[in-house]
Amino acid sequence: MIDKKDVEYSADLAHLKLSEEEKELYTEQIAKIFDYVEKLNELDTEDVVPTAYTVPMKNVMREDKVEESLDREKSLANAPDKKEGQFRVPKIMSE
Amino acid sequence: MNLYDLTIHELKDKLNKGETTVAEIRKAFADRIAAVEDKVKSYLTLTDDLAAKNAAKYEEKKDELLAGIPIAIKDNISTEAIKTSCASKVLENYKPPFNSTVVDKLDAAGALIIGKTNMDEFAMGSSTENSAFFNTNNPWNLNHAPGGSSGGSAAAVAAGECAAALGSDTGGSIRQPASYCGVVGLKLTYGMVSRYGLVAFASSLDQIGPITKDVEDCAIMTNVITGYDEKDSTSVADKAEDYRKYLKEDVSGMKIGIPEEYFNLDFDQEVKDSVLAAVKELEKAGAEVETVHITDAAYALAAYYIIGPAEASSNLARYDGVRYGLRSEEADDVRSMFFNTRSEGFGDEVKRRIVIGTYALSSGYYDAYYLKAQKVRTLIKDDFDRIFNDFDLIVTPTAPTTAIELGTKSDPLEMYYTDIFTVPINIAGVPAMSIPCGFDSNNMPIGLQLIGPHFGEGKIIQAAYTLEKILDLKDKRAEL
Repeated sequence: MIDKKDVEYSADLAHLKLSEEEKELYTEQIAKIFDYVEKLNELDTEDVVPTAYTVPMKNVMREDKVEESLDREKSLANAPDKKEGQFRVPKIMSE
Repeated sequence: MNLYDLTIHELKDKLNKGETTVAEIRKAFADRIAAVEDKVKSYLTLTDDLAAKNAAKYEEKKDELLAGIPIAIKDNISTEAIKTSCASKVLENYKPPFNSTVVDKLDAAGALIIGKTNMDEFAMGSSTENSAFFNTNNPWNLNHAPGGSSGGSAAAVAAGECAAALGSDTGGSIRQPASYCGVVGLKLTYGMVSRYGLVAFASSLDQIGPITKDVEDCAIMTNVITGYDEKDSTSVADKAEDYRKYLKEDVSGMKIGIPEEYFNLDFDQEVKDSVLAAVKELEKAGAEVETVHITDAAYALAAYYIIGPAEASSNLARYDGVRYGLRSEEADDVRSMFFNTRSEGFGDEVKRRIVIGTYALSSGYYDAYYLKAQKVRTLIKDDFDRIFNDFDLIVTPTAPTTAIELGTKSDPLEMYYTDIFTVPINIAGVPAMSIPCGFDSNNMPIGLQLIGPHFGEGKIIQAAYTLEKILDLKDKRAEL
């Protein structure tokens, strides 16, 4: 059964900071959802091959030739912060 | 009828006969939006500039399928330099540097793209109440939800705020709102429509599709948006057809399956009666109707609530405040920027699904949940394939009820249940359409779902066209 620790752990992996209320609420709601999902175990899938995509396809390749791509200016147009043609972020290492 | 009530093909007829002009059409829809948008609230952004561009080129494009026709686009479909927010604070001011393939196709077909429609945040929801900005109201009764997640698109079509719209469907997000709003919605076979530029929710399930006032318009829109695209590696080659050739009143000899397990579920009796009455009409018109047996839809729903969130948790990892979208102002270092951006930017349902998906994919649980769900997916797909060996189509209701009242469903599981009939279709990757089949005692529209085999869009369109002629509901409009 999923508990508050699982919710905290998963939220941390997903880089989400949850409030105490969110943790309580999600734990209760997600427990109910996983309870429902338990239904899947009623089906025997021992020898079943999993399906990732419903339309069968093999690796999709194209010729290895350089094509036009998005230019730098357009790529940076939505950046919250940029400098000298690059994305700028706050410091990565703490002091 | 007013111009804004007309379908694509009716507007085209009038244009071709010289009975109206593109300028008149633009004005009719702009006036209609001005008159009813306060009540319905379908749009997040209006895009007059985009519409003007093709309006000016009408003479050179007039032979194209959508020349001069006002079309609305769900806000998770990228439009170059036009806000594409996915109804999320994370992308509130995001203007894509490129067009999605479907928008390029609409543009080439001469469509006037008039706006971007409201939706559940990142398409996660079934009522459009998860929009970070505002609710959309159902044109048939403003106190009711339009359904979701493509609620803005369905409401805009039903309210005459556009001639037709695009939505996206991951677990019913085109068909369920089409059902709630009394319009036609088609989810195509997975791979038929390029997903390039569709902001990803669950990549193995997402498909873009049309929401229209009638079946003929659905065929026209399908013609425009289908086709192989090298920019989407899951796109399918050589399957698109001219779907207008299926606009025939003929279901004689068509074999239609009625899944007993679906009709045995506990759902609204008026919906059940209306759908079964429509099936009787198809039978009278020459279709052979038989009961079929299929894996209980509850398993598909259970698989969906692992597969959807798992893929979403991975797809939504990109919203980190680095390259585009929101960046939290509370950021001492890069790690706190990630956490604060995501926590401030995502709404409740999105966070919940990210947590579910992350948990289901986390070490030690992958086999029990994600792999198990992918195996069940095989069983469900095989089951549909088995039925389609002997049957042309399957008929079910689109949704277990008519449109729910706004603000009445707060429990996620209860809300998820509104997708019980639509989710199995995405899990199996087959096409399905919702078309109006009647009204309940509160004058709210009821939708019938026609399901076909992989690449069976043509059969669906033919049966839907026949049923539409018999039921004669297509000119009924919501009064606003």
